[in-house]
Amino acid sequence: MSTTAERVGAEAPTGRHTTAEEIAQLNKPRQSTGQRLGRIASYVGMALIVIYCVLPFYWMIVSSLRTPDEGRSTELLPSPASLENFVGVFTGNNNFMVSLGNSLIVSSVTTLLTLLFGIIASYALARLRFRFKGIILAVIIATSMFPGITLIIPLLKMFTGTYEWFPVNWMNTYQALVLPSLSFAMPLCVWNLTAFFRQLPVELEQAAMVDGCTPGQAFRRIILPLAAPGVFTTAIITFIAVWNEFIIALTFGRDQDMQTATVSISKFTGQYGYDTPYGTIMAAGVVVTVPLLIAVLIFQRRIVAGLTAGGVK
Amino acid sequence: MLSDGQGRLAALLISPTMVVLLLTVGIPILLSVREAFFRENEGIDPQTGILQGGEQFVGLNNFTAIFAGLNDVTGNYGTMDRFINAFINTSLFTIVCIAIETVLGVLMALIMSKAFRGRGFVRAGILVPWAIPTIVSALMWRLIFDEAGIMNRLLGQQVLWLADNPYSFWAVVLADVWKTAPFIGLLVLAGLQTIPADVYEAAKVDGATAWRTFWRITLPMVKPTLVVAVLFRTLDTLRMFDLPYGMIGPAKYSVETLSMFAYEEANQTRYGPAAAYSIVLFLYIVLIAYLFVRLLGADVVGDEESKALKEQRRRKKERARLAGTRPGKQRTSITSGGMP
Repeated sequence: MSTTAERVGAEAPTGRHTTAEEIAQLNKPRQSTGQRLGRIASYVGMALIVIYCVLPFYWMIVSSLRTPDEGRSTELLPSPASLENFVGVFTGNNNFMVSLGNSLIVSSVTTLLTLLFGIIASYALARLRFRFKGIILAVIIATSMFPGITLIIPLLKMFTGTYEWFPVNWMNTYQALVLPSLSFAMPLCVWNLTAFFRQLPVELEQAAMVDGCTPGQAFRRIILPLAAPGVFTTAIITFIAVWNEFIIALTFGRDQDMQTATVSISKFTGQYGYDTPYGTIMAAGVVVTVPLLIAVLIFQRRIVAGLTAGGVK
Repeated sequence: MLSDGQGRLAALLISPTMVVLLLTVGIPILLSVREAFFRENEGIDPQTGILQGGEQFVGLNNFTAIFAGLNDVTGNYGTMDRFINAFINTSLFTIVCIAIETVLGVLMALIMSKAFRGRGFVRAGILVPWAIPTIVSALMWRLIFDEAGIMNRLLGQQVLWLADNPYSFWAVVLADVWKTAPFIGLLVLAGLQTIPADVYEAAKVDGATAWRTFWRITLPMVKPTLVVAVLFRTLDTLRMFDLPYGMIGPAKYSVETLSMFAYEEANQTRYGPAAAYSIVLFLYIVLIAYLFVRLLGADVVGDEESKALKEQRRRKKERARLAGTRPGKQRTSITSGGMP
């Protein structure tokens, strides 16, 4: 048992006063070497996890801060540092501002629609007792597992006006971007909200109804305000899922002024040279990601709770 | 439960969502099935010399054409039909990525569960790969794996990662693992936190080693969460598109997945074959999900009430059956069924 406390004690007779720090050390419960090693190992492990997660993103940021002609440089710090890439993202013929606007419109509209439908459906799924509930839950979860491509192929044929019974060209319209997005946003939203409503104690509504509320009023006045954090979390998760969506946007928003941000980035030609403009692409990537990251970092506790709600029982 | 007989209210509340899902998922799937049996006419009719339009019913031709050897490509595993190549790529991506992600994810969860302080900090870090759009992370990894990029500099090698070769496959695997292993870690951590501490204490009192505790307590107790997490990730990887598309590019046979191939075909307005391939992918996914639920007991729905109702119905049926056939055996059966 060689702990810090004992060593401090052994040193004390050499004429030195025990400092406040050392007293604090002495007061601490003694730890065995194994415990201390475990603690160190856990810190090292956590540091490794964070480095693993953040290092590639660091490379993206560093690469965006170089001068445009240094896109592929492998210097660990940008030298010289420059914001030219960020200027390049918004100038030239990338039309990136419009793409950001499109992403914002598509993500917001999809999120609002899913919430509108999803809140009432999940409330029923969490609270009411009815036949086929298990089947309905299974159907909703199953729809989120379908491969996007299976849905996109007939929709592509449909939206190009190929079917005689649908003689409308919907390519490059907002509805062609929003409606297919509902296919994956809707199950995600219902799933999260159902898990959340289940956590609220049912006694709340019972008390409200004893006090003379109708079930509708109990829902509006009692449950909805309490569910606000859950609804908010679901909104963020759904918004991020739609914002990050690629294949639907790639298929149905082809014109430059109908591309979403993710599609626009994948088609960047940049204004400097014919080489892949990595600097500009990384800068655009940072622009698209940083708002999400800020939101995620602020609401991380809730987001993690939301993400794990469906999987853990 | 508030009260019984709420079927009508429930139908009212749930039907808008079900209508949306019917329109955006149900009908497209049915149309896809229909498309798979048709083919777009292309070119000139050999008999009349007129440019043909429209489409015709071709039965299973879109499926059997896979084995006709008309569309051979050379990927990582020799020359074969483009569909079969894509099928192999999809399967291998899934097996390799999921295996690595699961091990790494569980490891991360174990480390985080042992954390004394700074768990919030790690959690924030772990959400970074999740929040970055897949296509953006694909382009990020493209830069990292560039011929003159940082990965080659760190390795001191000159590997052509992006040049449509076996290295491309591993580059995509690495990028996928980076993005999703932390996510599995997050889910497993949530599962770990539901394990009561006294179970571990009991094991400690009994003198179990850490290794034994992990295999006998931690893993079995976290299994329901882990199986669901792995199921979701597996289905996600089976439809992988963004990452190989953004990192290596379209029509690169060393990484082309079924989703990518079907997308390319649809883009050439070959809706019939594209739909056929996507239906195969769809059935593949259904099969894997079924196996997960059956063999590993993945409880995806997780609704206690409907589970209990189902169990009740099953027991009632069982009892009726036994009462009808062999009343003598009824007693033993109920006691064994009643205490599972």
